[in-house]
Amino acid sequence: MPATPDPPEPRPTLRDALRAVPVTVLAAVSLGGVIGSLARYGLLLALPPEPGRFDLAVFTANTLGGLLIGALMVAATEIAPGRRHLRPFLGVGVLGGFTTFSTYIVGIGSAAAADAALLAVAYAFATIAAALTAAALGMRATRAIARRRR
Amino acid sequence: MTLLLVALGAAVGAPARFLTDLVAAHYLGRAMPWGTLAVNTAGSGLAAFLAVAATGPAWTALLSIGFCGALTTFSTLSWETLRLAEDGRWRRAAANIALNLAGGLTAGLAGAALARLLGY
Repeated sequence: MPATPDPPEPRPTLRDALRAVPVTVLAAVSLGGVIGSLARYGLLLALPPEPGRFDLAVFTANTLGGLLIGALMVAATEIAPGRRHLRPFLGVGVLGGFTTFSTYIVGIGSAAAADAALLAVAYAFATIAAALTAAALGMRATRAIARRRR
Repeated sequence: MTLLLVALGAAVGAPARFLTDLVAAHYLGRAMPWGTLAVNTAGSGLAAFLAVAATGPAWTALLSIGFCGALTTFSTLSWETLRLAEDGRWRRAAANIALNLAGGLTAGLAGAALARLLGY
């Protein structure tokens, strides 16, 4: 697998790059995506979104997903690197499936369509601020825990 | 049944995002997370189309919640933006958020407009 982000001059073809992806990694991403998406669907059932109201389910999924991705990526890259399926399964799969950008965009649009322009703007920026803050907190907390254990 | 449709859509959407990221990085490099921008834009367009087209609960479960929900991501967007900021690339971090928001909203408007154009 080409691990270097920017391969040097004689770089592999796209076909080689795609062929180098182990099937087990794709399966881990797919299975993780199913688990994360079902969890998000459960959240939607628990907190059903209503037009013209703040979509708490998607906001919660995206904020919680941010917190967990911050923690996971620090754990996977700085604490326990070299686990081949950890990031594909938990990061790309579960958390990628749990969080959503499309429903977030549709939520902004439906708030705007319900003549709630202020809600649309507030929802748009509150989600970004909360997800980024949560991810930063997840990273810091995980680093602090790792330092204490050493 | 609905659970199965959400799972089926997600089983395809998540690896599609993973592969799109590889293809985008292959052609455009990793200075900016182009792959995430691509899936978030495309998924927002399709989801907005489906929201207006209101194709029924089964299609919503399969395509909107399952496929588009898993194809797009907020967690990776947050992580990649923070990484740019941590590296001191504040302008790129801000541009990443702005591009995803602009791309998603533009694609969403286009998807909704297309659905109305088709008579939904």
